[in-house]
Amino acid sequence: MNRTWFDWRTGVVVLAFAATACLPWFVSGYWLGVLTISSYVAVYAMAWDLLFGYGGEVNFGPTFLIGLGAYGAGMSNTFLGWPVWVSIPVGTLAAVIGGLALVGPALRLKGPYFGLVTLVAVLLLSQVINMFAGYTGGEIGLALRDILTISSTGNFYYAFGLMTITALVLRILVRSPLGLILEASGQDTTATEALGFSVTKFKILAFVISAFFSGLAGAMTVFYFGTASPGTVVAVAVTIQIIIATIIGGRRSIIGSILGAVFLIVAGEFLRPVGQLSSTLVAVLALLVLVFAPNGFISVFGARRERKA
Amino acid sequence: MTILDISKISKRFGGLQAVDQISFSVAEGEVVGLIGPNGSGKSTTLSLIMGVVRPDTGSIKFQGHEIAGHATHAIAKRGMAMVFQHSRPLHRQTVLENIKLALLPDTIFQLFTGRQIEEQARNAARRVGLEDVLDQRPDSLPFADLRRLELAKALAADPAILLLDEPFAGLAPSETREFSELIVSMRDAGQAIVLVDHNVKAVSGLVDRIVAMDAGQKIAEGTPEQVTSDEKVREVYFGKSLDTVEKTRERKHRVGEHRLLDVNIESVHYGRAEALRNIQLHVEEGEFVSVVGLNGSGKTTLFNSLLGFVAYQGDIQWDGQSLRGKKPADIATGGIALCPETRELFTHMSVLENLELGGHALDNADRRAQVDRIFELFPRLRERAKQSAFTLSGGEQQMLTIGRALMQKPRLLLLDEPTLGLAPLVIENISDALDKLQQDSGLTVLLAEQNLTFAVQHSNRIYLIETGSLQWNGAADRFSEEVGADIL
Ligand SMILES: Nc1ncnc2c1ncn2[C@@H]1O[C@H](COP(=O)(O)OP(=O)(O)OP(=O)(O)O)[C@@H](O)[C@H]1O
Ligand SMILES: [Mg+2]
Repeated sequence: MNRTWFDWRTGVVVLAFAATACLPWFVSGYWLGVLTISSYVAVYAMAWDLLFGYGGEVNFGPTFLIGLGAYGAGMSNTFLGWPVWVSIPVGTLAAVIGGLALVGPALRLKGPYFGLVTLVAVLLLSQVINMFAGYTGGEIGLALRDILTISSTGNFYYAFGLMTITALVLRILVRSPLGLILEASGQDTTATEALGFSVTKFKILAFVISAFFSGLAGAMTVFYFGTASPGTVVAVAVTIQIIIATIIGGRRSIIGSILGAVFLIVAGEFLRPVGQLSSTLVAVLALLVLVFAPNGFISVFGARRERKA
Repeated sequence: MTILDISKISKRFGGLQAVDQISFSVAEGEVVGLIGPNGSGKSTTLSLIMGVVRPDTGSIKFQGHEIAGHATHAIAKRGMAMVFQHSRPLHRQTVLENIKLALLPDTIFQLFTGRQIEEQARNAARRVGLEDVLDQRPDSLPFADLRRLELAKALAADPAILLLDEPFAGLAPSETREFSELIVSMRDAGQAIVLVDHNVKAVSGLVDRIVAMDAGQKIAEGTPEQVTSDEKVREVYFGKSLDTVEKTRERKHRVGEHRLLDVNIESVHYGRAEALRNIQLHVEEGEFVSVVGLNGSGKTTLFNSLLGFVAYQGDIQWDGQSLRGKKPADIATGGIALCPETRELFTHMSVLENLELGGHALDNADRRAQVDRIFELFPRLRERAKQSAFTLSGGEQQMLTIGRALMQKPRLLLLDEPTLGLAPLVIENISDALDKLQQDSGLTVLLAEQNLTFAVQHSNRIYLIETGSLQWNGAADRFSEEVGADIL
């Protein structure tokens, strides 16, 4: 925190964001689509890393929160007929409520035991989606009445804008005193309580913020696709993608999560010609990255604060 | 005026009455010492006061308010702080950030730290002598600085009462003196202090009153003189330690003519810093040799080199063969066992499982016999055989660490600060046990210690190490006159 707020790395990042914002003038609609998806995955990854990297919570179910946001928004659009700009907040709210439901177990259970709870939460969600296929569309998915926009440039800006705002908010948060307390609560609950912090309050905050961005991104994702389906917002494959993106980018780093997500999605696109093999290849690639840079991409830039002095 | 009034608090862990009807009180500006054998319930008592563990029964009044069973953070906010037996810094944050944390208000509405907090944090760091390492991360700090950091965190917010769990453990005498002065300055500023430590000399010099515990119960209370001369306290806690003057024990075993270990390290580097330089040291079969020196002088690095955990320039000969390039596992099976300062226990395994893992290379019958021998040495471990290592008291963990190293049936035992956190009586038991092992099985011991008394008592020879290089070596009985007992 005593590092200056604006150093050269910050400069590079700001330039990169500005350059990316100009991309619609240079690249095809197809690549804008790829970047749109990358941006949403980046938000998932950042939100997940807030709990995992900073908060120390082993959450194996990021798609529980994303799925609640996605289906909350989708169903309010399809069945209640509410417009996009009402449905998205509805979905986000559903995710935040889901996040709050996880706080109790998170306070009581440690590490892998809490991880189990989050796995079960995802399982429950997909069961419910299957059981009430009449309302949710089941395996096939739910076709929405509306979409965000048909313009690929418009969609790109929605996604990229969300990603930028998320990154800014989270950066301010984790660099603030609040972020310090949050990390302390994750590392050692007893010692943090003994310093006079009611850990519960800070855990609630972390879960609410993570759930808010997960849910919001989930809701916007389905209005981008025009459908909500388990394969895109609930499936285990999505969870794995989020976890890989965060880890190869660099745990406990906001920019790292973004880099990881973009790498994962773009690499997947390049490897599309090899068909079924592509996801395996991406996973192997990710492993290679980890072998050579155990702390993720971001460590290559020397920005890791975890390195031993 | 009474600031803390504890009356009949009790705590049970399963079948074990860890704290049994303990009562005492602390006045403003008073320092109360809490002593007792390992596992007698001292740390648990502090945890009960701080609200980390809920008392089963009893009342705790802090500044007139009942706080028994209240949340830890609520108690902390009333003006209580605790230094835990083990340092618990945030490893990813700097020293300054760690101290700042202790000063932040308990609210989610704060995005920027005020200048005042920064200032206060720097002040706290200055008070404990950490001003030069503010931007370092805790894992690069020597042990004593970690304890300083804990102290800084605890006193930063200016608490009305401070609970200190073994602040002196692992500190050299000079560091202990510094810490004592700090505690005196806090008392003079009107802060009340409850102090747990096995360094009775340091405690006696500091406290107004001592409460002695055994098996969860209070067995004595009074001035340091009263308590240290109490019959019962002497029997369960001090043993003969108060009577024996610092002298070498009578040594009956024979030292062989065979050179077991021959160290010739030119240097060891951590990054750019040189941790060891020109270390020439040898140990004969059956000998007891000590390496003494302050925290951070290089003792642990020396041991880590012996075991192949760090790279060094030079050579180390073990039983006539070079250890260069050998893997730690091979060195261990070759007959060197380490009892590490940081304990490195398998925390989620039971006492028995830890011991069995230590003796994994022995056959079944042998292993069982060895476990029995360890249990004879440390009867307390037999009582706790099924308990997980992380629920053991600090001293019990130390016993287990030594026991696990002995399970390897080593020819050479490397002891890194074995007396850390142990009650005087237990240190005496370990002394006896080491004597016996040397007599019966010709065990060779290389000891790293800050407890000079212990080192001088046992050693044939002593090496003094300062900032990475050897300053003196010679027979143990010449140490006090040539180097002086005050050197550390
Ligand atoms: N969570 C727990 N579960 C079971 N037993 C426990 C637990 N915590 C402590 N104990 C036991 O309670 C007893 C008292 O422990 P405590 O840590 O208070 O001892 P202590 O007096 O501080 O000892 P030391 O001087 O060795 O630090 C010990 O025998 C310990 O094994
Ligand atoms: Mg203790």
